[in-house]
Amino acid sequence: MRTAACGFAFPPATLMIFFALAALSPAPAAEPGWKGVDETVIEKFAEEAGRPPREPFINIEHGDLPLFLFLAAGAAGGFVAGYTFRGLFPPKNRPDHAPPG
Amino acid sequence: MVSLLAMHITEGVLPVGWAAFWFLVALPPLAWGLRGINRRRAADPSWLPMVALVGSAVFVVSCMPVPVPWAGTCSHPCGTGLGAILIGPGPTVVVASIALVFQALFLAHGGLTTLGANIVSMGVVGAYAGFGTFHLLGKFRVPVFLAAMAAGLISDWATYAATSLELASGLPHDGPLGGMFLTIAAAFVPTQVPLGVAEGVLTGVAYRFILVRRPELLGLPSFLQPAAGEEL
Repeated sequence: MRTAACGFAFPPATLMIFFALAALSPAPAAEPGWKGVDETVIEKFAEEAGRPPREPFINIEHGDLPLFLFLAAGAAGGFVAGYTFRGLFPPKNRPDHAPPG
Repeated sequence: MVSLLAMHITEGVLPVGWAAFWFLVALPPLAWGLRGINRRRAADPSWLPMVALVGSAVFVVSCMPVPVPWAGTCSHPCGTGLGAILIGPGPTVVVASIALVFQALFLAHGGLTTLGANIVSMGVVGAYAGFGTFHLLGKFRVPVFLAAMAAGLISDWATYAATSLELASGLPHDGPLGGMFLTIAAAFVPTQVPLGVAEGVLTGVAYRFILVRRPELLGLPSFLQPAAGEEL
């Protein structure tokens, strides 16, 4: 049996029951909008504790700007990933590719 | 509509003292990771593209909201478990930190005041939990795909357990810390249990792919070193 620092005992069966019950229950603030867990969990508990989130230092909530920025970030990250992937894993039929061994 | 801002601890949620504390906790593993990258780069410059690949993968997957329809929410994989078993946990802390800085600055995803806490949960805890799981299972001769899958899964769940602990310790509440921790962790479960399983499968497939195509990139752990005369 493992005892957490907070004084709770977590036998494996308790953990299994905990996960089963929690997995079968709906999310605490489940709404049709499919909100992120930042809203349904983090901000919910923060607001209940009297510490609502503050506005980001660079606020991107202007029209479709979030969509654009997330798309741009995905494209930039995808380009770097693709570029390095092609260098690390060249196509097998390329003449300069020497298969391992 | 699926939320675009769906995951790390949001700006301003943690009190100043706790935000500073998590920054201090994040600094030693970050310094250790930078030292590891510099040493490995000096020994083998061709290793850097692997770091770039892992860094970009962590950045992309950790800002990609994945809907979980039956929970009515969405969240994201972390990628740090995969990163840790590919390039090591120290370098993974560094690339996760860079990804989190960019997300906090330009995507309003996470926050600058909560950066330390997010580095600790996703970078440090996620990477070391995944790395530890992989090597522990490897010592018990668990097949490599399953070990990598478990690494991705445990890394994801450990990240959100750490986030729950950070919130429980930082937010004012009545009752014991353990009770608050369990309440927050339970709220994550409907979303993160299926996402953790998906991240585990992704990690297993990716690790297996690299093991087959370019095993020399992995710096094979001892339990995967082929014995004399044995093929991998």
